[in-house]
Amino acid sequence: MKSFTRLVGLVAPMDRANVDTDLIIPKQFLKSIARTGFGPNAFDELRYLDKGEPGKDNSTRPLNPDFPLNFPRYQGASILLTRENFGCGSSREHAPWALDEYGFRCIIAPSFADIFFNNCFKNGLLPVVLPADVVSELFEELYANEGYQLTVDLEQQTVTRPDGKSHSFEVDAFRKHCLLNGLDDIGLTLQDADHIRAYEAKRRESAPWLFGITE
Amino acid sequence: MLSYHKRYSPDVFSVHRIFRLQRLEISMAGMTLYDKLWQSHLVLQRDDGSALIYIDRHIVHEVTSPQAFEGLRLAGRKPWRVNSIVATPDHNVPTTPQERSSGVDGIADPISKIQVKTLDENCDELGILEFKINDHRQGIVHVVGPETGACLPGMTIVCGDSHTSTNGALGALAFGIGTSEVEHVMATQCLVAKKMKSMLVQVDGQLGPGVTPKDVVLAIIGEIGTAGGTGYAIEFGGEVFRSMSMEGRLTVCNMAIEAGARAGMVAVDDITLEYVKNKPFAPKGALWDKAVAEWSQLHSDPDAKFDRVVRLNGSDIKPQVTWGTSPEMVLPVSERVPDPAVESDAVKKASIERALQYMGLNAGQPISEIAIDKVFIGSCTNSRIEDIRSAALVVKGRKKAPSVKLAMVVPGSGQVKAQAEAEGLDKIFRDAGFEWREPGCSMCLAMNADRLEPGERCASTSNRNFEGRQGYGGRTHLVSPAMAAAAGIAGHFVDVRQLLESGQ
Repeated sequence: MKSFTRLVGLVAPMDRANVDTDLIIPKQFLKSIARTGFGPNAFDELRYLDKGEPGKDNSTRPLNPDFPLNFPRYQGASILLTRENFGCGSSREHAPWALDEYGFRCIIAPSFADIFFNNCFKNGLLPVVLPADVVSELFEELYANEGYQLTVDLEQQTVTRPDGKSHSFEVDAFRKHCLLNGLDDIGLTLQDADHIRAYEAKRRESAPWLFGITE
Repeated sequence: MLSYHKRYSPDVFSVHRIFRLQRLEISMAGMTLYDKLWQSHLVLQRDDGSALIYIDRHIVHEVTSPQAFEGLRLAGRKPWRVNSIVATPDHNVPTTPQERSSGVDGIADPISKIQVKTLDENCDELGILEFKINDHRQGIVHVVGPETGACLPGMTIVCGDSHTSTNGALGALAFGIGTSEVEHVMATQCLVAKKMKSMLVQVDGQLGPGVTPKDVVLAIIGEIGTAGGTGYAIEFGGEVFRSMSMEGRLTVCNMAIEAGARAGMVAVDDITLEYVKNKPFAPKGALWDKAVAEWSQLHSDPDAKFDRVVRLNGSDIKPQVTWGTSPEMVLPVSERVPDPAVESDAVKKASIERALQYMGLNAGQPISEIAIDKVFIGSCTNSRIEDIRSAALVVKGRKKAPSVKLAMVVPGSGQVKAQAEAEGLDKIFRDAGFEWREPGCSMCLAMNADRLEPGERCASTSNRNFEGRQGYGGRTHLVSPAMAAAAGIAGHFVDVRQLLESGQ
């Protein structure tokens, strides 16, 4: 996994609440058995004027000129600023894969849906929760200033504005550790394999019906 | 709107939790059902607040698993416990009898075919039990799990699918995970997790005739909002759930995730045991007795404390219809489409305006005057035998409105289909002009050929009314099976209670 330490990045807006994972990556692209190739179809239904299909050449599709991520000023953005409950709906990890491949490394919102929030950390993507009023201020500054950048420091757990004003955010210690160091958590868990085996042996004794499923 | 948004605060409770956990190890008093399920699966509590939780059952479908299998292979890992995994293809499978007749090779969409074949190959290679496309046990994962007994009370159950919460109805801890966690569970039989907060949704009183579990859960989501349960595991308690069938409880827990809660659950009682008994993979004989002794503890203690309690009165709940593009945008069928002009919160106001525009609705329009193009009865929310019966009761002796282009009934599994056919329900639907299909997820998320065309409006028994969910530009109204059937007969939304009265 990619590590995340400190990011100075251009910010782009997704100014709506309850952005669901169907909106982030529509279902027809989930038929792929690969882990990559989703970036050009991130926000497909908002981003293009026609309907996207797997295998379609996205470079020739008509772009929606009213969709902010298509505005010249937001090209190259690595931080997405959005509203409440971002990533609600389906558990599809294709959503963080698509956002990552699009170029985002950090998403800032007043709240996230649980499964999406969790999935981000598995992919080197940092979801940052800031109070709704702070997010509203950031939106105002973003709209008022072309080239608006924020600095996100995971070690310090801060988001810093261009004027130097800083906001701290919470992050789970284990997730922070994995993200700072780009660690594969399967490897970490397997370090505790003896604990898992011991639990399993005890449980197999007390609840054997949990351990047999055969035709 | 009544939506209530709770800010996500992942770490605030961690220290408190660790201390509480230590206390609970000493005394079993005052535990919630969730506390008990968590405690019995705790492999390791780490110093940093995270925990290692053992997973009993892993359900797998074709969409969220290929990258996990590939990850295992690339790392040279094998599944930790192959017999914890049960697989079936559901999202991509076609539902027309013609396309289904030649199995996986008959799938017309070449990309879907590859995905289903990939699941078959992965399961064959690793020796994973899979109900393949034309196995009589194939179906939607969350229908198949409980009905085969693969999912049981007291288990931890995961699947790369957010609606895994469904299985919590058995008195289990069940939740959806992403593909990285699918790989993690396959490799380690565990998840790294942090204990969620607990919420009790208590619904007392009695449901009126024509009011179904779907209406109850939609009313709950309307009350707490689509993010109201974020960070929580919800237990559904009270008279309404105690007297509800297992099928109904599965419907309610299914939509816990639409209220933001990864897990929903209902305490074990006689209704649970009656449902589980004699299921193919349920314990038998002496093991059954031993299991029942353990399962009888699976309820919250009378003095258990919840982090949040929400109360509703069952007798106040009316048949519900969603009008917008989030499940929280829901009202009783007797109401009118809301007016954004009266909403003071700017973000909510913008949401309502955008929803009305997408849905092609006007503020103040009576919901009963909204005409529909299609009816979809199916999905992991409402495709069980009781749902099919409830829709058939409304449809019997009536005809689909000529203005309705398509009304389809998609049973949740081969077993549900066989049961419904044995009861003659398929004939009732066919006689009324409804189509009777093969099992799968179908138009709930429209990954197969069953979908809405741009601008089409659907009365749907599924769980999400998001933009484009049932097809590009499609408009979804979530309702109960009885309400969907009634809309198919009338051509527009109608209070099913009137239809049921007039027909008897």
